[in-house]
Amino acid sequence: MAKDEFNVHNLVGTRPDRPDGLDKVTGRARYGADISAPGMLWAAVVRSPHAHARILSIDTSKAEALEGVKAVVTRADFPTGLTGEDWNLQENTMAGDVALYDGHAVAAVAATSQLLANDAARLIEVEYEVLPHVIDVDDAIKPDAPAIRPGSADASVPEGMAPNVVRYMEFGHGDLEDGFAKADLVCEKSYKTEAAHQGYIEPHACMGQLGEDGKGEMWVCTQGQWFIRRMCSAVLGMETSQLRVTPSEIGGGFGGKTTIFMEPLSLALSRKAGGKPVKLVMSRAEVLRATGPTASASMDVKIGMTRDGTMTAARAEFRMQGGAFPGAPVDMALYCAFAPYKLPAVAHIGYDVLANRPKCAAYRAPGSPMGAFAVESLVDEMCRELGLDPIDVRLKNGVKSGDKSSYGPKFGSIGLTEVLEATKAHPNLAAPLGPNQGRGAAAGYWFNHGGETSVSMAISEDGTAQVSVGTPDIGGSRASIALMTAETLGIPYENVRVNVVETGALGVNEPTHGSRATFASGKAAVVAAEQAIGEMCRRAANEWGIDPEAVEWVDGAAQPAGPNAGKFPPMSIAEIAGKMGSTGGPISGHHEGNLDGVGASFGTHVVDVEVDPETGRTTILRYLVVQDAGRAIHPSYVEGQYQGGAAQGIGWALNEEYVYDDQGRLANPVFLDYRVPVASDLPMIDTVIVEVPNPGHPFGVRGVGETGITPPLPAIANAIQHATGARLRHLPMTPAKVLAALKG
Amino acid sequence: MATVALHLWSGLRRLTGGAEVVEVNAETVGEALDALCAAHPGLAPLIQGGVSVVIDGDMTTSRHHPVTPENEIFLMQRLKGG
Repeated sequence: MAKDEFNVHNLVGTRPDRPDGLDKVTGRARYGADISAPGMLWAAVVRSPHAHARILSIDTSKAEALEGVKAVVTRADFPTGLTGEDWNLQENTMAGDVALYDGHAVAAVAATSQLLANDAARLIEVEYEVLPHVIDVDDAIKPDAPAIRPGSADASVPEGMAPNVVRYMEFGHGDLEDGFAKADLVCEKSYKTEAAHQGYIEPHACMGQLGEDGKGEMWVCTQGQWFIRRMCSAVLGMETSQLRVTPSEIGGGFGGKTTIFMEPLSLALSRKAGGKPVKLVMSRAEVLRATGPTASASMDVKIGMTRDGTMTAARAEFRMQGGAFPGAPVDMALYCAFAPYKLPAVAHIGYDVLANRPKCAAYRAPGSPMGAFAVESLVDEMCRELGLDPIDVRLKNGVKSGDKSSYGPKFGSIGLTEVLEATKAHPNLAAPLGPNQGRGAAAGYWFNHGGETSVSMAISEDGTAQVSVGTPDIGGSRASIALMTAETLGIPYENVRVNVVETGALGVNEPTHGSRATFASGKAAVVAAEQAIGEMCRRAANEWGIDPEAVEWVDGAAQPAGPNAGKFPPMSIAEIAGKMGSTGGPISGHHEGNLDGVGASFGTHVVDVEVDPETGRTTILRYLVVQDAGRAIHPSYVEGQYQGGAAQGIGWALNEEYVYDDQGRLANPVFLDYRVPVASDLPMIDTVIVEVPNPGHPFGVRGVGETGITPPLPAIANAIQHATGARLRHLPMTPAKVLAALKG
Repeated sequence: MATVALHLWSGLRRLTGGAEVVEVNAETVGEALDALCAAHPGLAPLIQGGVSVVIDGDMTTSRHHPVTPENEIFLMQRLKGG
């Protein structure tokens, strides 16, 4: 039930200073690489230079003989017998018999300095038998492609499919043939997107310590300390509760820090080095070669539309590679692809395909941007062919609350119509365009997520409050949770401190993923605060000698509920807290559970570009993000999420891709060559926060972190066509590709 | 125990004898998934590998969530976010 039917609040919706601001601007914030301990060792990792190679031998003797080297580990130091995703994680942490991609770890060393560790790593001799490799998804799905991991397909894959297909799915509803027959225009096109990295500023970093007694500690830059604990324990054969994981401040994650890559290596090295702590910090090249980018995709889409813009049927067939392990988000891509549209008939087919690339990780709305690129591009192409306004066509076909979704279930409360109407009304759509300039629009969708959550809140002796959450703050959740807690307690924002705590302090929390931290930890914090309020009302009632039911909580104080309850002056939270030691002890609240009630989020982006006809360079002139936040707890952070998603999507659309040479080696593993947008590449990104409250949250919150990366890919392609007449269907739309398209 | 209808994704049809909607007797999500796997053992590795359950448009992750014949229940691939 909504807390107050979403009426006006004193704090929710305001923009106070961020709690981590001073630490970050003064350099005081402690990130993963900032953690050190007495006696600490430094680690380096030996990585495969081959895309696919059998490991014939590993000779570590020269490294071990080097003075200052304290431990060397290979796969032989890890337990055997793991299955399923635990085996995948272990295999990705350290190669077994076969190196599966360029950058795959094959050995690691710990020494008394980083330089010594690096020298020792170079002394480890690995003998390989190079095997045939495959990089591109369309090559990898061919029947005669090099089989990367035969027998690794799951039960969803029918017999007879190509050897690298490891998951298969199909779903849909309605009579597709009848739907296409009713259309005046049926179009079918193919689209491709390339793998892009999350590009977080902070590389992966950790310090692990594991003693002979089996007790371990880890300090790590992560989106999810409990995931780190469970995964490291599984990979190393430890008891989960014997490993305590403390998250550092985090310099970006975007999904890429929801899993493990090298973290178990620091623990394995520490165990072999007599329990000395071991620090392991990835270089940027290691991050790009050996952590998880998103998948690359090859997609066929077919849509039927009548002359008035009514969509009658649609079909999508997506192929995605997510590296040498199952897990490409082809399912999510298909679920989201047609989500903005009410379709009488729709079919989806998906293939998860192995290739000799690093194991993909989540990246902001995993899969959704690829699906949107294909579908929203084709919808735009058809609108242009029929002379229809793209926003009007989306309004005509757009889903509303209660409609059957393209992926099956009916929608709960959603705000796509409100988003589209706000988009249409924005002045950016009336801005004049000059020569070589064009405008493109696209819609996007993400489900959002609740998940396992545990939160505690305690009242301090002076009436302030501290909240312990298990979701690392990567986008403003501490400020938002503090605002909701303060609003509930009726105290100033500054009187609430939100701490992201270690695994020993709370029950299991899922990571900050799925745009869930402000929704789920915030919802739990509100319930915890309400528990504390109940206890404070009881304490006041006892002081007054009246029934606790006759006490209510108003503006941070207990007071008699009405004239019949008695005449007592309000008792403030500070008064109650100041004597709690003598009135029953500590006052706190706690809530945990699988937090349901999630509200999905739709967004629309409109971009104006200018394309240089001589160089093919695309310049972003104007950019608008309109998205349903449910309720913006701290609007500045919501706007930041919208702008960040757009910026990353712009990079994915125009510049970013993994480039491999003919040996399957990553050719651009540094930011000089892997080009993410910088501030000077972009205009100020305009934002409109639409608020259609989510009835499943006490303040109406929907997640806002992911939808924003979905529309930029097609919106920019649509704008480039408007500017030049050329349609690009393969990302990134680099100057070279644009020039080639202009030449026809 | 009431009979509830589970809507599967159609790629699973070959493991359910062609059915895309399977009726089982259950009062909770967990009972429904267990009954589904008992009726169609070929589904078990996929179901046990993790699925998302959507009840009347709301996703639930709890096996103890109640289900009734009036509910619209969809099984989806497990959702992951970034």
